[in-house]
Amino acid sequence: MKIIVCIKQVPAGEVKINPETGTLIREGVQSILNPFCEYALDEAIRIKKEQEERGGEEVEVIVLTMGPPQARSALLRCLELGADRAILLCDRKFAGADTLATSLALSEAIQKFEEDFTLIFTGKQAIDGDTAQVGPELAEHLGIPQITYVTSTNLIPERRRIQVERETENGYEIVECKLPALVSVSSGSNILRIPSFKEIINARRKVIKNVIADDLSKDTSRFGLSGSPTQVAKIFPPKSRTGGQKIESDDPEAAVSRLIEFLQENVFVDKE
Amino acid sequence: MLQIDLEACNGCKLCEKTCPFAAIVVVNKKAKVLENCTLCGACVNVCPQHALNIERPAQLSPEELTKYSGVCIFAECEIKNEPQIKPVALQILEKGRILADKLEEDLSTILLGAKNSQLTQTLISHGADKVYLCQHPLLEQYSTEGFTNIIAGVIMQEKFSIILFGATPTGRDLAPRIAARLKVGLTADCTGLDINEDRQLVQTRPAFGGNIMASILSPYTRPQLATVRPNVFPKGTPNPERTGTIKEIPVKLNPKGIRTKIIDSAITQKEETIPIEEADILISAGRGIQTKENLELIKELAEELNGTMSCSRSLVDLGWLPHSFQVGQSGKTVSPKLYIALGISGAIQHLVGMSSSDIIIAINKDPDAPIFKVADFGIVGDILEIVPILIKQLRELKKN
Ligand SMILES: Cc1cc2nc3c(=O)[nH]c(=O)nc-3n(C[C@H](O)[C@H](O)[C@H](O)COP(=O)(O)OP(=O)(O)OC[C@H]3O[C@@H](n4cnc5c(N)ncnc54)[C@H](O)[C@@H]3O)c2cc1C
Ligand code: SF4
Ligand code: SF4
Repeated sequence: MKIIVCIKQVPAGEVKINPETGTLIREGVQSILNPFCEYALDEAIRIKKEQEERGGEEVEVIVLTMGPPQARSALLRCLELGADRAILLCDRKFAGADTLATSLALSEAIQKFEEDFTLIFTGKQAIDGDTAQVGPELAEHLGIPQITYVTSTNLIPERRRIQVERETENGYEIVECKLPALVSVSSGSNILRIPSFKEIINARRKVIKNVIADDLSKDTSRFGLSGSPTQVAKIFPPKSRTGGQKIESDDPEAAVSRLIEFLQENVFVDKE
Repeated sequence: MLQIDLEACNGCKLCEKTCPFAAIVVVNKKAKVLENCTLCGACVNVCPQHALNIERPAQLSPEELTKYSGVCIFAECEIKNEPQIKPVALQILEKGRILADKLEEDLSTILLGAKNSQLTQTLISHGADKVYLCQHPLLEQYSTEGFTNIIAGVIMQEKFSIILFGATPTGRDLAPRIAARLKVGLTADCTGLDINEDRQLVQTRPAFGGNIMASILSPYTRPQLATVRPNVFPKGTPNPERTGTIKEIPVKLNPKGIRTKIIDSAITQKEETIPIEEADILISAGRGIQTKENLELIKELAEELNGTMSCSRSLVDLGWLPHSFQVGQSGKTVSPKLYIALGISGAIQHLVGMSSSDIIIAINKDPDAPIFKVADFGIVGDILEIVPILIKQLRELKKN
């Protein structure tokens, strides 16, 4: 059984805008594996181990990303964390992709190389682009059902189904779905796992397959910038709010009295 | 046009069962498309033989672009005792009216459900010229596939130029599915919308956790799709005298066409509380409360001020409060009249979720906490010391 985990490399810290050129300053900003993608990977590996323990079907976890050459390091981290092999879609023709072009490239790679997949995991959203669109768009291109905002999963291979718990606006719900399906993961452990020495050594022996645009399709205009209907016309820093009064005093009773006066002025608290 | 590869088709009838508009039939073991096909793409999605295809151009010619007109809004509903329109849908309806007026075009809405046709007048009162109404028992509950199939069909038929969805969990599950089906652009979680001199929709949105704003266009494709963040646009005052037209769309839905099944839908938090995005006063707690037991203190203060309790991400990660209480990037965006941040440092991911509140009050031990930069009133101090005093003083005030 193949489980594909789509992952994205994202900037670790705050990204700023160059005020002169109006472009993003990416230099000097470290890259990490998008946290939601790491949760997705953890879930895939958990299923793999669970199947092993139950003596169930063998699970192969394949990580897939589209990105620049440096994205290899994010794939390597996934291999250290227990993924079996990796695919890197890397080509200038993929660059500048919006979510439609990104999901299209991912779907064509999956159809071409891993068509017999059982499950696809994505993160709920990437912390840079922040759209949360790639997962559902990928599911649509592949014609499979999707379940978004998932907090835990229970694979039922005998019935070729997956049952998940997902977040809703006012709580949680349990949803069941036929396989193959796509699941976007929204929560997991915030503690960064540090791979063991053995895992690191093992990861170096695992395969990272390189794929270029021509490997996927003759019509490469559907990828990257040329295949992207949305265009970023302008980027700019957000408007900032300015702080008001701030009380630093040794007398908390007096500070609270001032706060109550403030609440009264703004009619959140009645005057006596 | 829907193309059928007759050689590949094996007559399995899955397309016929799935088509919500009864526009494809299987005769003599081969699929045949009828005139009323809306090009919704539902059948293409399910055909196991990949025998069906709809060519969707990657770019439209300038002449074709002009064939698309009108603004359309997805009227998301919720059931609270009885069905009602979600506040975000009324907010984008008001914004949609402004955009439609600027374009001098119509404002339409799509209303799906099982028994909610009485809501059409609410939509018209809030500015809709037209309501596309679709009623079916299988539409009572949201499903990605059921809703996508119908909305995609209506959109393809009516050729709207702009379609807006609330950026709710439902909107953000549904809109990308529709965008991918129609092969058009989608801008996520917009906080600004306008029309430029080329009559294009200018969509402004935060990215990078709120550190950066981007203006986004979809110049060569139609419709232009966007999800819109709740609580950034005000909803208008309804005018019950307004009139509009209602167009009913008959649909035929088969449970087989919906591959996900909700097994248990209401694992909500037990307590009866107003959802945080609708509260006027939010008392919000962060790591500074130190122990789960101290949440009682926050609750007490919320009661004194007639407010609702919310929290920052860390308390959800610790499992002290459910996700539905979380304010911020990965939680909810709120804009109450009063937001009191207690022991919340104010990471950018939190600030983007609450900085449009009317008034912000912060109490935090760290005088350099970023929360103070957005607070109208701040006290530097330990909340475990300040909050009990605040509760005490409020009670004394009430006694007098
Ligand atoms: C400022 C700014 C604003 C933007 N706004 C929009 C917009 O409104 N609409 C739009 O269509 N595009 C937009 N883009 C482009 C968008 O960021 C990229 O298309 C990006 O490749 C994917 O979107 P995302 O980062 O939002 O991912 P999300 O959709 O949030 O990611 C969800 C999950 O999809 C998977 N995934 C995402 N990217 C990849 C990848 N490259 N390889 C493998 N798996 C992946 C991961 O599992 C991830 O957790 C914007 C870009 C910028 C810089
Ligand atoms: S679903 Fe595909 S194979 Fe089955 S009848 Fe329809 S077109 Fe033919
Ligand atoms: S209306 Fe939709 S499902 Fe029916 S035949 Fe046309 S494209 Fe297929």
